[in-house]
Formats: sequence, structure tokens, C-alpha cells
Amino acid sequence: MILNEVIWLPRKKINIWPYLLIAPALIIVLAMVLIPAVNAVLMSFQSYDLTRPSRIGFIGFGNYIQVFQDKLFWQSLGKTILWVVFGVGFQFVFGFILALLLNKKFKGRGAVRAVSLIPWVTPGVLIGLMWKWIYDGNYGVLNDILLKLGWIQDKIPFLAQKSTAFPSVVVTIIWQGIPFFALMLLAGLQGVPGELYEAADIDGANWFQKLFRVTIPSIKSTIFITTLLRVIWVANSVDVIFNMTAGGPAYSTQTLSIYIFNEANALNLGYASSMSIVLTLLLLCVAIPYLKNIFKNQEA
Amino acid sequence: MKIKSKKQLFIRIAVLYLPLAVLLLFLLFPFYWTFVTSVKPDKELYGSIVTYWPQNLTFESYRKLFFDFNFLQPMYNSFIVATITTLLSLVVSVLAAYSFSRFRFKGRKAFMILFLTNNMFPTVLLLIPLYAIMRNLGILYTPMSLVLSYTTFTIPFSVWLLNGYLNDLPISLEEAAMIDGASRVKAFTKIIFPIVIPCLIATGVYIFMTSWNEYTFAVMFTNESNRTIPVALKNLIGQLGVQWDLLTAGGIITIIPVCIMFFFAQKRLVEGLTAGAVKG
Repeated sequence: MILNEVIWLPRKKINIWPYLLIAPALIIVLAMVLIPAVNAVLMSFQSYDLTRPSRIGFIGFGNYIQVFQDKLFWQSLGKTILWVVFGVGFQFVFGFILALLLNKKFKGRGAVRAVSLIPWVTPGVLIGLMWKWIYDGNYGVLNDILLKLGWIQDKIPFLAQKSTAFPSVVVTIIWQGIPFFALMLLAGLQGVPGELYEAADIDGANWFQKLFRVTIPSIKSTIFITTLLRVIWVANSVDVIFNMTAGGPAYSTQTLSIYIFNEANALNLGYASSMSIVLTLLLLCVAIPYLKNIFKNQEA
Repeated sequence: MKIKSKKQLFIRIAVLYLPLAVLLLFLLFPFYWTFVTSVKPDKELYGSIVTYWPQNLTFESYRKLFFDFNFLQPMYNSFIVATITTLLSLVVSVLAAYSFSRFRFKGRKAFMILFLTNNMFPTVLLLIPLYAIMRNLGILYTPMSLVLSYTTFTIPFSVWLLNGYLNDLPISLEEAAMIDGASRVKAFTKIIFPIVIPCLIATGVYIFMTSWNEYTFAVMFTNESNRTIPVALKNLIGQLGVQWDLLTAGGIITIIPVCIMFFFAQKRLVEGLTAGAVKG
């Protein structure tokens, strides 16, 4: 690497400058992330229910045993998987389509790109509220549109009945995630050398062949990293569902994050901690390929 | 591309403009609907016919929000929290990013990975112990508790972003200055700093936006006097059942500052965000 030749390499004696420079950031991050993480582990081995302060104390794996016997835990885990698979899956599909469209030249492309990113900078609370109003069973605009199109006969209380609540919140998270996917994939698309397409044209490739043989292989790593990041964010997301249904009706929209958040709000901190440790470990499994990738790129 | 024939124009509409219009409609309609709701009088809002543009335009809900519900207070709180978070994160992040970008030292890789993997921790994992820590420190229900918790995700992210920007700057710039007798500090403040100001602004906008929008920590770490906008929005529901005109008006007020900042910074922010993923 060229960098190494011109960089001020500390020769033998240790240069303290780089350590001093990272110290403030490191101290804050360690204090605010590592200490709480350790605390969470400790708390997960305790009965720590603030509504029953007399019973606070270590109980070994008690919480974890309870977690694995908790039917609601397994149900919430299942919801989390569906939430991530459908949420991130469709975010990718529509984000990819949007990226392909924005990769074409047309007038006002810059403005369209900027405007289409707005859902991404909108607070989760507001997203939840906006869509709750759209889905409203009495005055909601979605019901009105569907009635006018003649697709439904009666108004549907989308968020109030078990069968429609979960698909409805999934649509909302898809809506939120399309822009970020489009943004990342567009950057990837712009890095694909034009000669590849010219060569494919000469070989007489059609649109689908170009898509699957040239485009997708070229932006494979962007797809991979963006998807992993989204999986982690979506699995962790609380605010959207919480502000639409708070996990109801009858737990039908309760993902694991929501379950933990509800337990934490109910001050059952020990149990909530042990579930969040389980969630973290599960996400870590997902993140291992991502971490490996980072590791590889930091080899310098 | 020049459009030569009717057929070409037709194809272009079918494969570009039409799908683009459908996607944009899906992405932007909720905002339109939020705005329209906020300027409708109650009668139209809860009438039997849904109107797609108000017959009687009214800004009553905005007036109520500011005068009856003192919405300026949460706006002010959010502004304070977001500003302090931005300044604190930027200062410590730019130092760390400079170190990662310009020095090769023992443990560099381990430290970088520590920063990069930070956003892997679920918010809900940190939430509970941080609540206890803030309470013990006596800063629960103060802006400082939010500032400190927000740095858990803003610092790692900013370090990553700024490191990318700095790596793109040739080292020869500082070298030349240092050969001419400038100290390292001087080389940084006189040469590097002015060049990276736009990147600092873009990163700052991102930090400001995330702090402004954050809800999960805010709902647990604030009380009535220092609650931030997202919490205030949600609380409007608790106070008066659901009044959609007020809620949507509050929503519009919430996103306007964010959108303005975002539009100014978006080009460089997008460059910074995507550079990592594309190169990586």
C-alpha cells in the first residue's frame, strides 16, 4: 500500500499521539456501550423486577430457562424472522428497482433521488403515526381508495384485527427501508464499468441476462453488506411497530424487540435483559459474515 | 438519449417514467396525506366523505399546537439535545478518525473493529443498564442522559464516515506543510480542517437527524419538562385520545427542519455513506 511509504511510521519508539487522539471517543464508547453490555449480562442472571424489589437477586440461569419455556418468546422470535425476511426482502426488491430506474439518465434525476430519500430521514414515531392514520378503520385513506377501486366491499380495520395487522406493519417497514437500499445499490450500479455492458451487447445478451450475469454479480458485495446491515436494523427496530400497534392485537405484531421493550417498560428488567442477550447472540450469528468482511478489509 | 420515434418514447415511459411514478407515489403519498390532514377542519377529518384536498383550509391545528400545547418546548429540548450530541460526537470522532487515517499503530485494527461493530448491539440491550447508570449518576431526566446515550451510535458511525473522507485526502498535502516547518497540529488546522469542513457538515447533519428523530431512549430518559419531539408527538395521543389534525401538524413540524438540513447535505452524505459499502 502506498499509504505506508509516506506515513509517519513510529520507528521503534512508541508514538503516543494516535492513542491520545482516539482516547476521548474510545472512553465514551466503552463507558456507554461496554459497561452497559456487561451490566446487561449480569442483570440477565438476576431476578430484577422493579415492581418486586424485595426479590431482586441472582438466580443463575433462571431467566434463561424461563425464556426458553416462554411460549410468547418463541412466538415473538417467529414474528421477528417473518418481519426480517419479508421486510428486508421487499425492501431489497423495490430498492433495487428504484436504483435501476435512478441509474438511467433523465431530467431532474438529482431532485428525484433526494426526494425519494425522505422516508429514510423521517422519525420512526412519525412513520408509525402516519401509517396508523392511513390504515385507520373509520376514516383511513387506504380504505377509501380500496372502496373506490371496488377491491373491497367493507372497510377493514387493518391494525385492529389479527389477520391484517402484521402484514400492515410489514408494509410500513418496507416503505421505510426502500430508500436506503436504493441509495446503496445505486452507488454500486454507478461503479459497474460500462464496457461490461458493451461486451454483453456484442454477445447479444438480453435485458435479463445482463441483469443476472453482469449487474448483480458486479454489485454482489454491496448487496451483501447492505442487506446484512438492514437485517440487523430491522430486527432491532422498535419505534415503528410500537407506535402503530405496540405489539397487538393479541401479540400478532409482537417481535422480539417489541417484547423486550414492553417488558422493560413494565420494569421486569432481569427477564428483559436475558431476552435481549438472546437476541444479541442471534444477531451476532447473522453478523459474523459482515464482521469477517470488515476484518478482511482492515488487513492494512 | 435522444428520443427519435413514438415507439421509443412509449418504451421509455413504460420502463422508466411509469414505474418511477408508481414508486414515488408510494414513497411520498404518506407525507402528502399527513400534510392534508393537518390543514383540514375537524368536520372534514371525521366526516363520511374522505376529501383529498381540504374544502376549507385551516391552520388551526398549528395554532393550537404552539399556543395550547406549547410545542415549542419539546422543539427546544430536541434542538438542545441534538446540537450538543452533534458537537460532542464530531469533536471526538474527527480526532479518532484522523488517528486511524494517518497513523499506523499497534492495536489500530482492533480499535477500528471495536468502533465498526458497535452498531450491532440492539438498542434494547443497552437501554436497561443505561437507565440504571443514568439514575445512579443522577442525570436521568436531563438532556445529558440523552446526549450520552446517543453517542453510543453516533460516535462509531461518525468515526467510520470521517475515516472514509480522510482516507480520500492525499497525505502529501500535510507532508508538504510539515516539510515547510509546520507542526502536525498546524498542518491539521490549516490544511486538513478547511478541506474537510463540508464532510464535517454532512456528518454533523446525519448526527443531528438521528438525535432529533430518536425515540426509544428518549421515551425512557425524559420526563414532562425535557421530553423531545418524538416523545411529545406520541404523548399527544395520551392527552386527548387521538386528534389526528394535531398529530399530523406536529409531524409536519418535526420533519421540516430535518428535510431542509438533509437537502443541503445530502450529496456529500450519500457519497460518504456509499463509499464504504462500495469499496468494502
